[in-house]
Amino acid sequence: MPQNEHIELHRKRHGYRLDHHERKRKKESREVHERSHKARKMIGLKAKLYHKQRHAEKIQMKKTIKMHEQRKSKQKDDDKTPEGAVPAYLLDREGQSRAKVLSNMIKQKRKEKAGKWEVPLPKVRAQGETEVLKVIRTGKRQKKAWKRMVTKVCFVGDGFTRKPPKYERFIRPMGLRFKKAHVTHPELKATFCLPILGVKKNPSSSLYTTLGVITKGTVIWGKYAQVTNNPENDGCINAVLLV
Amino acid sequence: THRAVITHSSPFQTYVDVERVLIQLQDETGEVLGSPFDVPLDISPDKLQLVCNALLQKPVPYLFFVKDAEVVSSLGSCVQELGLETEQVLPVVYQPQAVFRVRAVARCTSSLEGHTEAVISVAFSPTGKYLASGSGDTTVRFWDLSTETPHHTARGHTHWVLSIAWSPDGKKLASGCKNSQIFLWDPITGSQIGKTLTGHTKWITWLCWEPLHLNPECRYLASTSKDCSIRIWDTVLGRCDKILTGHTHSVTCVKWGGDGLLYTSSQDRTIKVWRAKDGVQCRTLQGHAHWVNTLALSTDYVLRTGAFEPATATINPQDLTGSLDEIKEKALKRYNSVRGEGHERLVSGSDDFTMFLWNPAEEKKPVARLTGHQALVNEVLFSPDTRLIASASFDKSIKIWDGKTGKYLNSLRGHVGPVYQVAWSADSRLLVSGSSDSTLKVWDIKKGKLNADLPGHADEVFAVDWSPDGQRVASGGKDKCLRIWRK
Repeated sequence: MPQNEHIELHRKRHGYRLDHHERKRKKESREVHERSHKARKMIGLKAKLYHKQRHAEKIQMKKTIKMHEQRKSKQKDDDKTPEGAVPAYLLDREGQSRAKVLSNMIKQKRKEKAGKWEVPLPKVRAQGETEVLKVIRTGKRQKKAWKRMVTKVCFVGDGFTRKPPKYERFIRPMGLRFKKAHVTHPELKATFCLPILGVKKNPSSSLYTTLGVITKGTVIWGKYAQVTNNPENDGCINAVLLV
Repeated sequence: THRAVITHSSPFQTYVDVERVLIQLQDETGEVLGSPFDVPLDISPDKLQLVCNALLQKPVPYLFFVKDAEVVSSLGSCVQELGLETEQVLPVVYQPQAVFRVRAVARCTSSLEGHTEAVISVAFSPTGKYLASGSGDTTVRFWDLSTETPHHTARGHTHWVLSIAWSPDGKKLASGCKNSQIFLWDPITGSQIGKTLTGHTKWITWLCWEPLHLNPECRYLASTSKDCSIRIWDTVLGRCDKILTGHTHSVTCVKWGGDGLLYTSSQDRTIKVWRAKDGVQCRTLQGHAHWVNTLALSTDYVLRTGAFEPATATINPQDLTGSLDEIKEKALKRYNSVRGEGHERLVSGSDDFTMFLWNPAEEKKPVARLTGHQALVNEVLFSPDTRLIASASFDKSIKIWDGKTGKYLNSLRGHVGPVYQVAWSADSRLLVSGSSDSTLKVWDIKKGKLNADLPGHADEVFAVDWSPDGQRVASGGKDKCLRIWRK
């Protein structure tokens, strides 16, 4: 770290090296490779700290990229007519539905606190670990067996970023990740395809809840709905709205 | 008072010793028919009907009322319930019903896809020949009713088509969009007539044509918008004729009355009465405590159908025939017969859960305040014979009120979500309602009960209309398809 401006001064007086810009460009592009080399080879406490910091960085990067993408695509949408057409008598009435949603959420929270859950599928077969998680062998001689891959459908949130692959204990394959569920309203017998907000509880185990594994009987959040099929067999999630 | 004493003197002859009572037949306005005469107390409505037909020489079905209570089984039971004296002359009011009877719709004959966004407004033409629907995908589509297939797609709007209105002669359709433009379409070719009418600065909330009997050419159109103004357009020249300002908030509804008065309701809690000829404001009707959402005139139905008489409807709807003068005369005759002696009555529904019944041509004070709903009133409609008012509200119920006095009659419950729109059948015996719970329900007014439940839509039902010839009901909603229902 220069303590004075002698570098700038020299540059002002004599200019840059002839290959300066070329070298700079190449060094910067090599930086990515060197970073990944370091990340792979580091061990011990240093590695832990570094990986933690890097994970946080990655999450930030993902968020900014997403925001940029949204900004770019928005210009196209402005020309198109927005969705959600409503008749004239409903135009000035946004506030009502939002209030209803909020009051519904409050009611459901109250119900949950009181522990009163009228669930359509009360008894669900418990799924053991061997069924839900598959062992993945790693290591030079394929002897280590601490990684697990989820074999059932799961839900990961919007801002989900994978942990560094070296440290991932639970792998949730992209093919088994679902964002939408077919929710049936029991009274109206109408089915809607709605986005999932989260997994509330998986009856088999709390571990599965934290992982976001969706099996028959799982309660997914939003307006609570309970899953009624085996999604890994059907390829879609069918649920019944809990009213 | 004696009970009826039946003594059998022989198996073939029953000598019935019942009370007799003097009744005086009156019509709704109080005019007496003939002189008081003597009838047995247990006379049934059928026999009364025969008497009326004989006296009036018109074979029309009637309903009979003693002091606003309908005579259902026999005059005697009615009198007993009311506790009236049989010594005096009893006034019995007769009400002619529609000669034709509209059959209730029971099945969905077709589900017309085509719109790529929610269907926001649906309207049958005054004769019931054409059907038009406006949607969030900025198109207005015309549908061929005999084959129940798409006919034309009218493109031109740049935003959601919020309201559509047929001209009373059925030759033009006006549609207003969220970008404050109004287009006129020809239903036969599906192409635009004339220029685009621009001028409003915010979205169009309601469109209303001038009644046929005032101008058989159907030239003038009134439009209201969120920019607090009402514009009267000359559709032949394609320009704005008058601008009526005065409201301070969005104008929600406009009705062009048959006497040359315009009624407008607004979110500033007032209803203003204007003279259509020169655009001068006559009156401001105040009383509501929140936004006034909707207006209904007692002569609404007859102004909408113009010269078309639903009783003369045929299986295949026809266009109006005759010269302009003939049409104007027919429309005027129909209008006068429906309006009756008094002036037009106006009912307004509001966000303050109540409605007011007004006599706007005469006075500023309301005739009655109709309370009872537990959520905002979204639509009110007079029945085609102006005797009843139906109000649809977000509290999932529909209430029926008397059209003259505003007295509460009946509540129709059954929907599980806010009721958005209602439509009367042409004979005023049936009512269809569409709600956000995606079902339509047909109600029998006489019994006060549900006649048919029509599920089928996949999402909220935004617009409902019953064709003036009574054959079909059309409904459109958020699930982007238009459904046609028949008996």
